[in-house]
Amino acid sequence: MVGTASPDLKELLAMSNIGKAFAGIPALRNASLHVAAGEVHALVGQNGAGKSTMIKVLTGYVKRDSGDIMFDGAPFEARSPQDAQAKGISTIYQEINLVPYRSITENICLGREKRRFGLLDWGSMHDEARSLMGRFKIDIDVRKPLLSFNTATQQMVAIARSIGFKAKLVIMDEPTSSLDEREVKVLFDVINQLKASGISVIFVSHKLDELYAVCDRVTIMRDGQTVKTSSMKAISKIELVASMLGRDIAQVSKSATAFGGRKGNAGETLLQADNLSAGHKVQDVSLSVKRGEIVGLAGLLGAGRTETVRMVFGADKMRSGNLKLADKPFQPQEPIDAIKAGIGFSSEDRKLEGIIPDMSVAENLTLALMPQLAKAGILDEAQQRKIVEKFITRLGIKCSGPDQRIRELSGGNQQKVLLARWLAMNPKLLILDEPTRGIDVGAKAEIQTIVKELADQGLGVLMISSELEEVIEGSDRVVVLRDGRSVAELSGKKISEAAVMAAMAHGDHIAPEEKA
Amino acid sequence: MSDATSVKAMSTGQSNLAPFLLKNASLLALLALIIFNVLFTNHFVSIQTLNVNLTQVATIVIVGVGMTLVIATGGIDLSVGSMMAISGAIAPLIFLGTAVKIGEIHIAVAVGMIVAVLAAGAFGWFNGWLITRFRIQPIIATLVLFIAGRGIAQVSTNGNLQPFKLSQFQWIGLGRWFGVPVQVIIMVLLVIAAAWVLKRSLFGRQILAIGGNERAARLSGIPVASVKRWVYCISGLCSGIAGLVVIAINSSSDANLVGLGMELDAIAAVAVGGTVLNGGRATVTGTLIGALIIQLVRYTLLSNGVPDDVAKLVKALLIVVAVWLQRQGRS
Amino acid sequence: MKKSAILSALSSQGVLIALALLILFGWLRYDNFLDPFNVTSVLRYNSMFALVALGMCFVIMTGGIDLSVGSTAALGSVVSALFSQHGMLVGTLAGVAAGLCVGMINGFVIVKLRILPFIATLAAMLAANGTALLLAQDQSVSVSYDGTFVNLGQGDLFGLPIPAWIGIIAYIVGSIVLNFTATGRTVLAIGGNEDASRLMGLPVDRVKFMVYVLSGGLSGLAGVILASQFGAGQPIEGVGWELFAIASVVVGGTLLTGGVGSVGATLAGVMLLGLIFNVLNFENGLGWISLSAYWQSVIRGLFLLAVVILQSRLTSKEATGAT
Repeated sequence: MVGTASPDLKELLAMSNIGKAFAGIPALRNASLHVAAGEVHALVGQNGAGKSTMIKVLTGYVKRDSGDIMFDGAPFEARSPQDAQAKGISTIYQEINLVPYRSITENICLGREKRRFGLLDWGSMHDEARSLMGRFKIDIDVRKPLLSFNTATQQMVAIARSIGFKAKLVIMDEPTSSLDEREVKVLFDVINQLKASGISVIFVSHKLDELYAVCDRVTIMRDGQTVKTSSMKAISKIELVASMLGRDIAQVSKSATAFGGRKGNAGETLLQADNLSAGHKVQDVSLSVKRGEIVGLAGLLGAGRTETVRMVFGADKMRSGNLKLADKPFQPQEPIDAIKAGIGFSSEDRKLEGIIPDMSVAENLTLALMPQLAKAGILDEAQQRKIVEKFITRLGIKCSGPDQRIRELSGGNQQKVLLARWLAMNPKLLILDEPTRGIDVGAKAEIQTIVKELADQGLGVLMISSELEEVIEGSDRVVVLRDGRSVAELSGKKISEAAVMAAMAHGDHIAPEEKA
Repeated sequence: MSDATSVKAMSTGQSNLAPFLLKNASLLALLALIIFNVLFTNHFVSIQTLNVNLTQVATIVIVGVGMTLVIATGGIDLSVGSMMAISGAIAPLIFLGTAVKIGEIHIAVAVGMIVAVLAAGAFGWFNGWLITRFRIQPIIATLVLFIAGRGIAQVSTNGNLQPFKLSQFQWIGLGRWFGVPVQVIIMVLLVIAAAWVLKRSLFGRQILAIGGNERAARLSGIPVASVKRWVYCISGLCSGIAGLVVIAINSSSDANLVGLGMELDAIAAVAVGGTVLNGGRATVTGTLIGALIIQLVRYTLLSNGVPDDVAKLVKALLIVVAVWLQRQGRS
Repeated sequence: MKKSAILSALSSQGVLIALALLILFGWLRYDNFLDPFNVTSVLRYNSMFALVALGMCFVIMTGGIDLSVGSTAALGSVVSALFSQHGMLVGTLAGVAAGLCVGMINGFVIVKLRILPFIATLAAMLAANGTALLLAQDQSVSVSYDGTFVNLGQGDLFGLPIPAWIGIIAYIVGSIVLNFTATGRTVLAIGGNEDASRLMGLPVDRVKFMVYVLSGGLSGLAGVILASQFGAGQPIEGVGWELFAIASVVVGGTLLTGGVGSVGATLAGVMLLGLIFNVLNFENGLGWISLSAYWQSVIRGLFLLAVVILQSRLTSKEATGAT
């Protein structure tokens, strides 16, 4: 399956049979990546596909367990990202890893300063910074601090820094995630210039249009393995999406209606969101959730799904749009407003925004319920215990008891506790952001069953999942987001892998004729 | 890790001795100190020794209670000493009749004490307001009042010493109930109350949740800003009480000296007591134990002929070792 | 973004403007404000704080803090007083060496044991204080008037007090180090983003160690001046110096989160906070109103308050403006 570089281009990087496991769990299994000199190579895959581990292995951030790396015709071993940089591989991270308050010049030259008479030679350092930025046709005052420029320019500075370090390969990790269209164009110009001067680029992105606009070839990863390498010209968007999701395109088109959507008894409309927007990431999203209905929110990474539901929950500011809850205008300023209105929200980031690691299962489970458990400010421990034990049994939470610290539980059980945190509130609407990410198969099925049962009892559920089966099998309705816009809404028999993938890929749910 | 192994690891983990020792290191250290003194220090086992030591730590612990709550939210309060000075300045201004004349001395004392403590509480609330409203780091926000607070106390008394001899007031620092110094009783009550609040009350749970994971706390509907403001307010109130105790002991109020350096003593007691300085885990009894350890180490050294200056060196070492041990225990 | 640029200019130049205005105010209002006597005495006294604040400035720019500066200065004063009969040079070197030792201990505990700077330097503060008292046997140590030692604090050179010269030279060197050496830029890079600095391959641990050593050494030097100026090593001096130094640094526009800072503005911050005291003295001298000297802390606190609120506005603007 793995393609080779076109014969006229010299191979710059060859990573073969890379294996890496974290605490016994394999993150990479025989993965490969081949990049030719002077090409822009896309690296794509869903969450957990192994892209970032692959890059970390390459840049010496983690040590691989097995496999070979050849770079520029010689075996390559980086001890650290600095070492990789010194040897010609620079990485430009998603959250820009520069020093915000320092000038452009410093950010470009830190670590290889020019000196004169033992002191820094600012004149020639500024000149160098200016000329590097000038290559991108960017004429700015290089003495100003980095943070006075927009993200796009900051990214250019990061690229200029790597060129200053004589990089032969530049890795860009989702470089366009916070750029607007015009800025993306500038970035693409820069990438093309890099290419023209013989520098290779590994381009990690989830935005399909961009891949086709700027990349020469693509490597698709899934479950820690390399699924496919192809030239961009030879692969259609739908094929690309299918490979990422582990579907065979031929099968997908045949069995377009193989999966029927869940059929619940949808009641009156609970949540109505119209034309929500906030910054680049959410531009125009509309959706609704009815009582007893599970609405799946599908889309590639960076499509604006999480940002959308956070607005609904009052966790992030909404710029414009209309929200209605049970036909009444609803404007949550803080999560507490949404909670009082009967909404629960389980974040995608269990560690950062979910669990309180040092607290017990019981304390975590009753975190949102606490005010109701307290009489005159004193917690009713007996009542708390009763509720906690009820949910431990009901959701099958495996722990030594309510007093065990939640950090000691497995991911699946932590997730169940967080689910119980909201169920204990008896909410009307439950928002689940990646409820089954990173948990084992058994717990996953249990959580899915629980969610379905709850919907049967009248709960409205808005669920984000990057797993296609979960969205398709679990939802009454699927709303597809693409680049911050809701582009399709599918229900009943229309919910199919093909339709959802088509919407993700092209922005509408009618499968296109191209390359069929 | 699969569920089965994690549960198993948990059940076998309890028989392990090392975590138990680390967890109770401060208590064990205190016990060791007491045993050492019983064996080697003359006249250690006496009510007087007990009272001397408890009286010495009382103000530190009273302030330390508020400090523990503040640190539990992941913050810090540098202004406690200045708030003690403010409270210590205001009370005599009222009960000595300098600021307002209240005829009946009992009422004057009562009003003086209440106003003094409330004033300190209000300043504490101001700290919390700065921190939550402007998102200023606690260390700087409370630095403002650290500097200005003592000035306010000095200005309101014009820098003068306010001497008094007033049994209606001084019971709080010199009196005894059933042979126990009053400030020790206040200290014990405050420790019990705060330990109970942390364990059993909604407010305590909210404090620990904020310190443990502020983002998760907010997403679970905890009013983060208001909880923080109250915590700093409580720190102010505790400092206010401690200020009254100090001036009662001294029979005078000197705005230049009341509570000087208290912030560091209180933070040291909290750290030695085992409260994590990043927030999320707190033990008020630990703070009491921490203060007792620091005091008892000093007492032990002094009563065995070691100069006070060396005792300071030992205290410094104690703080570093205690915090370093905590680090090891967690990683 | 234009607006934030203006605000940023205001926060870096604001302290200079405020200082200029205060000097202008004093010059217009009081007869002897700019007389050599007043000028030299202000400079002589504040040079100690200026030195301590310079070290603190470097520490804070890395995102750290040093609470031990006050008692380190006290220790420096005691040690230098003990060596003062050997002359100016030996006395000075001894005091500075004592400060360097404290700084090295701080650096070690913070960098190697990975203990928060706040706690590490708090412990060092106690330790330095205890050592100072121990060496001084709990009283001030009078310096030897036979040798040249007292000239350091009390003498003049080209019309300016020697401590002022020391301060000026220290700030010039500090400014050059910060702006024209790789180490100086690394200091700011660490404070701006420690992880990024490590990824960039900068010697983070070494530079962090160095700033605490620098802060200790400068505090020791301030202690030397203290001893020779007042004729005695004073083991109990320096209480509250650390927080005064932090306040000066913050008023000078250095962010306590690290990453931004100016040596010159720190000096202006020290002078501003110092002059407030001086102006209050003059105001009392006029006899129109009785402003007690105690108002200085209140006014200093208010200054700090204004600055931190301005800074918080500024940083939140930047945070939203940059993305």
